[in-house]
Amino acid sequence: MTRTAVFPHRHLLGIEGLSPQDITILLDLADEAVEVSRQVEKKKTALRGRTQINLFFEASTRTQSSFELAGKRLGADVMNMSVASSSIKKGETLIDTAMTLNAMRPDLIVVRHHAAGAVQLLARKVDCSVINAGDGAHEHPTQALLDALTIRRNKGALRGLVVAICGDILHSRVARSNLILLNAMGAEVRVVGPSTLLPRGIERMGAKVFTSMRDGLRDADIVMMLRLQRERMNGSFVPSVKEYFHYYGLDAEKLSFAKPDALVMHPGPMNRGVEIASDIADGAQSLIREQVEMGVAVRMAVLEALAAHLPNG
Amino acid sequence: MQNLRPLLLTNAKLVDPASGTVTQGSIALDHGVIAAMGAGIDPHALPQDAEKIDVGGRVVAPGLIDMRAFVGEPGHEYRETLASASKAAAAGGVTTVVTMPDTDPVVDDPAVVDFLMRRARDTASVHMLPAAALTKGLAGHEMTEFGLMKEAGAVFMTDARKAVADPLVMRRALTYARDFDILLVQHVEDQRLAGGVMNEGELASRLGLPGIPRESETLMLERDMRLVRLTSGRYHAAMISCSDSVEIMRRNRQDGLNVSCGVSINSLTLNENDIGPYRTFLKLSPPLRAEEDRQAVIAALADGLIDVIVSDHDPQDVEAKRQPFAECADGAVGLQTLLSASMRLVHSGDISLVKILRALTTRPAELLGLPQGRLQVGAPADVIVFDPDEPYVLEPGSLYSLCHNTAFDQARLQGVVALTVVGGRVVHRLESLAR
Repeated sequence: MTRTAVFPHRHLLGIEGLSPQDITILLDLADEAVEVSRQVEKKKTALRGRTQINLFFEASTRTQSSFELAGKRLGADVMNMSVASSSIKKGETLIDTAMTLNAMRPDLIVVRHHAAGAVQLLARKVDCSVINAGDGAHEHPTQALLDALTIRRNKGALRGLVVAICGDILHSRVARSNLILLNAMGAEVRVVGPSTLLPRGIERMGAKVFTSMRDGLRDADIVMMLRLQRERMNGSFVPSVKEYFHYYGLDAEKLSFAKPDALVMHPGPMNRGVEIASDIADGAQSLIREQVEMGVAVRMAVLEALAAHLPNG
Repeated sequence: MQNLRPLLLTNAKLVDPASGTVTQGSIALDHGVIAAMGAGIDPHALPQDAEKIDVGGRVVAPGLIDMRAFVGEPGHEYRETLASASKAAAAGGVTTVVTMPDTDPVVDDPAVVDFLMRRARDTASVHMLPAAALTKGLAGHEMTEFGLMKEAGAVFMTDARKAVADPLVMRRALTYARDFDILLVQHVEDQRLAGGVMNEGELASRLGLPGIPRESETLMLERDMRLVRLTSGRYHAAMISCSDSVEIMRRNRQDGLNVSCGVSINSLTLNENDIGPYRTFLKLSPPLRAEEDRQAVIAALADGLIDVIVSDHDPQDVEAKRQPFAECADGAVGLQTLLSASMRLVHSGDISLVKILRALTTRPAELLGLPQGRLQVGAPADVIVFDPDEPYVLEPGSLYSLCHNTAFDQARLQGVVALTVVGGRVVHRLESLAR
């Protein structure tokens, strides 16, 4: 297969700024990576000799291991650096860390940070390619890409689908990246949650806003649930786990308002019985495990696409 | 449950505050609703077994709806029970009472709301509707289960005697409540600024008592208006007491803000001078203010700026009130005297009977989303018969409340309730009322 289009960016800092064509390039590459990952021989050589640093200022299990596997399957040397967030409090320290790492001459840095904009700041200070693995409540582009890949493989295309993103939209980088990507690809995006968990002006970002699951899920093709942090459900943003699950937790009754062939997604890790009922999470309509598989493929695609821009690449 | 006999009240002055109409005639109550009314109702169209009562030209109006009453059940049954409060209410012409959540345990859980609903059904003769706490334990930090408590029967959320001090908590509560169309009711007082025990001013200085500035009310009210603007939540100020608050309400209403407010019957009929020689039954929250303030809230009530009148019924036992003024508890009972105290304003010419009844029936029904509050065919048969002119002297011993801390001790009042009907059932009746 010949690829005429080339991914034109040096970094992947967000979905914002990607064209539908850019997104399609990555999804097509990821489809190929799925096949590679399903073979006995999973190794490719696109990143042979390259150094990839996973710099995580915020704890992560699945995203970090997914990037590690992706890098290794492409032949890169992968180093994991977990930095306790408490030791990094000032922008200066972040930049110092970036400069130090830069001196080690890595080719790719994958960064997760608790502060929105931190990854962009770091990208300006280093010579290599930077991939945003989540910055505060801003963006998590590879999650949106893996969600898009999962949907596309199950529904054939993204255009025209009704996607309901439900729960804690306010604190969610997953919601923001998905909103931008799905809008760019021609899907109808809805956000559903209590008003305390909806950011102001979200309707002007291209989402239809609902505060009732029944209304928000009506005739939806995809129901995307978000994680709600425990500290946010004790009366600060919502009164209690009990009330949250009653009105916003995805159970069979609420899911029945979506289309009969609607599919359920969750970026993980799940709070069973909080935002999603166990039988739905494990049910026939659930794509949650498939999302994890697509995660590795999408990260391989991103690493490979960016490697094309590396010096001597 | 006994079978309800239909009732026919004849020779009545029928006052419907909802439409503002007054007609002479009769009214028939059957199957729990107003079946027919007017000058020309056909008595033969009524069931044979209907009880006919000639009300002797008295006023027939919808039963009063009181949005603020403290009852000691559960936890302080020695002060008041749902049963004793409902007896006082029935005798005073109040057919719906909203009870405050600062009980023990606090009404901050759907199970307590459910308990109160069942308890009222089993022991009370009028409708006793629970308000639920706005924050857990009334502590002002974490919002309660608004949605589940509304489903259980709570009519609004309030922290009762406390204001939600933290603006972030209030903002989020207003935002969250909007999704469930829940009314938040605030006791508009900044507790840290309030400090004192009576209205701040010359009189407090003469009595040597620490004062409560009007600003403790206006600051909280202004803040809340800004938060309502930000969140579009539904907001009701439980009781305003001074002219500055009236101006704040006027300005924000003119700007189209969806806010309402109430006033205590005490603030409408008494002022700080009534405290006289440290009368503790007149130690109230908000405090009785100056005469100019009283005039301002009366004028605001007359032009509809103040939506509802509340009794602020607050039974306190002898031990809590027989203390030096500065050390005794706030509050006075008021359910039984709510109507006759209100008649003072009618007799003084400050406000018409129809208008004052609107603030006691129609407006609270609208704010609570109840079908009551109107004297119209099809409306619930929550109806009272009263003579607005009949005089009496209030003997505390005649109060049905378990506590007798009335602000109208030995006062000359006018307005006697002859008959109170709740859902078609007679719950209070004067012996003298002809059968």
